[in-house]
Amino acid sequence: MKKDVSVLTGNEAIALGALEAGVGFASAYPGTPSTEILENIAKTGGIYCQWSVNEKVALEVASGASLAGNRALAAMKHVGLNVASDPFMTLAYTGVNGGLVIVSADDPGMHSSQNEQDNRYYAKMAKVPLLEPSDSQECKDFLIKAFEISEEFDLPVLLRTTTRISHSGSLVEKGKIRKHKPDKKYIKDPMKYVMIPAFARTRHKILLEKFESLKEFSEKTSINKIIYAEDKRFSKIGIITSGVSYQYAAEALNKYPVLKLGMTNPLPFNMIKNFACDKSLIIVIEELEPFIEEQIKASGISCIIIGKSFFPEYGELNGEIVKTLNDFISSEKILENLSAYTSEDIEKKIKGFKEKKSNLNKDKEKNEIKYFIKNKIPPRPPVLCAGCMHRPVFHILKKLKVTVMGDIGCYTLSALPPISSLDTCLCMGAGVGQALGAEKADSYYKNKVVSVIGDSTFFHSGITSLIDNVFNKGTGLVIILDNRVTAMTGHQANPGIGKTLMGDKTHMILPEKIAEAVGVKNIRIVDPYDISLLDKTIKEELKREELSVIVCRQECALINKKKRLKKFYIDDSACKQCGLCMKLGCPAIEFKNDKYFINQAICTGCDVCSQICPWDSIKINNENN
Amino acid sequence: MRITENKINKYKDKYEALLKKEETISVLFAGVGGQGILMATAIMAKACLFEGFDVKVSEIHGMAQRGGSVVGSIRFGKKVFSPTVDSADFVVSLEEVEPLRYIDIFKEDSILIYNTYRIYPSSVYGDGYSYPENVRQLLLKFSENVFPIDAYKVAKQHGKSKAMNTALLGFFSNFLPISADSWEEAIKDIVSPAVLEINLNTFKAGKSIIYQ
Repeated sequence: MKKDVSVLTGNEAIALGALEAGVGFASAYPGTPSTEILENIAKTGGIYCQWSVNEKVALEVASGASLAGNRALAAMKHVGLNVASDPFMTLAYTGVNGGLVIVSADDPGMHSSQNEQDNRYYAKMAKVPLLEPSDSQECKDFLIKAFEISEEFDLPVLLRTTTRISHSGSLVEKGKIRKHKPDKKYIKDPMKYVMIPAFARTRHKILLEKFESLKEFSEKTSINKIIYAEDKRFSKIGIITSGVSYQYAAEALNKYPVLKLGMTNPLPFNMIKNFACDKSLIIVIEELEPFIEEQIKASGISCIIIGKSFFPEYGELNGEIVKTLNDFISSEKILENLSAYTSEDIEKKIKGFKEKKSNLNKDKEKNEIKYFIKNKIPPRPPVLCAGCMHRPVFHILKKLKVTVMGDIGCYTLSALPPISSLDTCLCMGAGVGQALGAEKADSYYKNKVVSVIGDSTFFHSGITSLIDNVFNKGTGLVIILDNRVTAMTGHQANPGIGKTLMGDKTHMILPEKIAEAVGVKNIRIVDPYDISLLDKTIKEELKREELSVIVCRQECALINKKKRLKKFYIDDSACKQCGLCMKLGCPAIEFKNDKYFINQAICTGCDVCSQICPWDSIKINNENN
Repeated sequence: MRITENKINKYKDKYEALLKKEETISVLFAGVGGQGILMATAIMAKACLFEGFDVKVSEIHGMAQRGGSVVGSIRFGKKVFSPTVDSADFVVSLEEVEPLRYIDIFKEDSILIYNTYRIYPSSVYGDGYSYPENVRQLLLKFSENVFPIDAYKVAKQHGKSKAMNTALLGFFSNFLPISADSWEEAIKDIVSPAVLEINLNTFKAGKSIIYQ
């Protein structure tokens, strides 16, 4: 084994790439699957890095660092770029000073997201260069390349990964670390950086010119390359692919020549034409949208092009899905009759092949077992942790039968049984506005709708909707679930914590102070572990004909459990087996051998179940103390 | 559970031959959030690297700490392309019922190793589900190579029940042409010094299950 090779995830490789590219500044808002980029940059110790309050701010501060001459990086998950899209679109006009790269980590299959949008369209819409790495080595190499392109063309560059790139590990060879220094002095240039209409019109034209030279660059760059196949019998068919889809194609379809695109905006149309000129059928393999396929079709290439009529337009691809293309080509005798087929013929064959496949019931008995197993084995969805501070809040909201306008965070899990309390989850910050809208649309919702938002989410995009509530005389109840950390993505710092990503102490911004400052008159702070107080407070504030904010404050149970030592147990002699404790959905409470009991290894001693038990049967286990 | 050294060597020879033919071996680690699946995956990736293989790992861990099902996949060989396991040579599960979630990637000769340790999911309390008592029989319908292992007992004997992952990894290591040195170096690289000795011991104990 070579000493300088290690297995790194895509995110770790991007962090290493940042060091080797001489990045001086990195910012992000945490979001799966992008979070570990900044966490790993922070570990290197050599780069200034920060969690920003949201993705828009992350990109804006990064653009400031670029203006000041640094190579700057802003990382976010795909939906984060929606938030940052405002500065992103106009940064294409102003261009950069030091190189500026935006990493967008998309999530096909929605392992941890509310949608699976394909962010490659952002690059096309903004006319910025787009790079798509296909493994960890390329994550590092393409990031370095992205900075070179950014500085050469005076444009921000979008580096787009997907979950399978960000969270997959593969071998990466370490290179030389480049010392960062703000070597590009900022020169005042209002016509470049002040986007008033008169200047912006000029900058738009300049952007179009840059895009023309980028097209030439895309034709020549080594990151777009053809991988020829040895066996010439298959050379009438060609594969065009990018990102992780390349890996599936390389494995399952290695007998065909492949055009592997590393740069997918702008596409190298001449290269594609040359690749296609001796072929009869081009198969475009890409996840989600037909981003490459549609552009190739529109470019007027004469051979038959298929893509999304064969592969799904949703979810992830994998080796098995891509492999079915082999079955199609052989079973429908595509290669043999290729010269006689029209595009319509092929599409018809695909339709027929798919129908046949779905009717195929190869091994009936085995499928029956599979069906049985899939329906019988108990599902294991993620649940709120034992001792989670969100549990009592949603237990009470469910009891009150109010509509709960929700948000994105651990507490979104309270939409699932047995808590089943949350009504909506649209995007970060949405719930506080949705509650106001419902109340204005139908007075029935006065005193019947509550919005919930986490601490990090409140700072991210809840403050503006709270102001909207004050401004427009909302009378609802906003509950801020302050568990003192950005929990869902793995405990990142946020403005309420008093500590930065780099570990420095900073001012602790409290949500109640913001609520007070914007004019909320009724603000209550409650420890959600105190059930009767929480219940009373929610009822009082729900009834009130004025806007109120309740801050439920208690540390995240995963941090908290290390400090709490008491445990609870169920006293069988007192337990009436009503099952109320079970409705909390706490993973520590189990039912075995006709008895309810508390798993001592999981209990965190939050004391919530003992307070809701009507029979006082849940007691402190003194033996453990 | 008895398995002879002779029998296990036959498996080992088979995978050694596949690797010589430049084929890729695919392994899926399954379990429940908090069981150390990602650590087991990381140890094995390092061991493969030390052994001179190309290796790719893939994990889905957004919900890892919220008690959901977690998987880590690992593929190794001369040259690996896809990072995901669509068809598994090995499924190694740290919990009893978990391997049944991945029946779609079983092959007829898949080796199915699972820890008989149970973690009851919340759905068995009131959602009309029950924990299956016949996991082994169900698995045998897919492959004859089913190996239930009491990794909890092994780990507990060596002082730390949490080390079930290295115990199971130890047993699993018997099937692969990866040297004991590479495994040991990998464990030393990944496991924190405070629990290193326990994990090295449980790995060895897990490995020696075959000689019982």
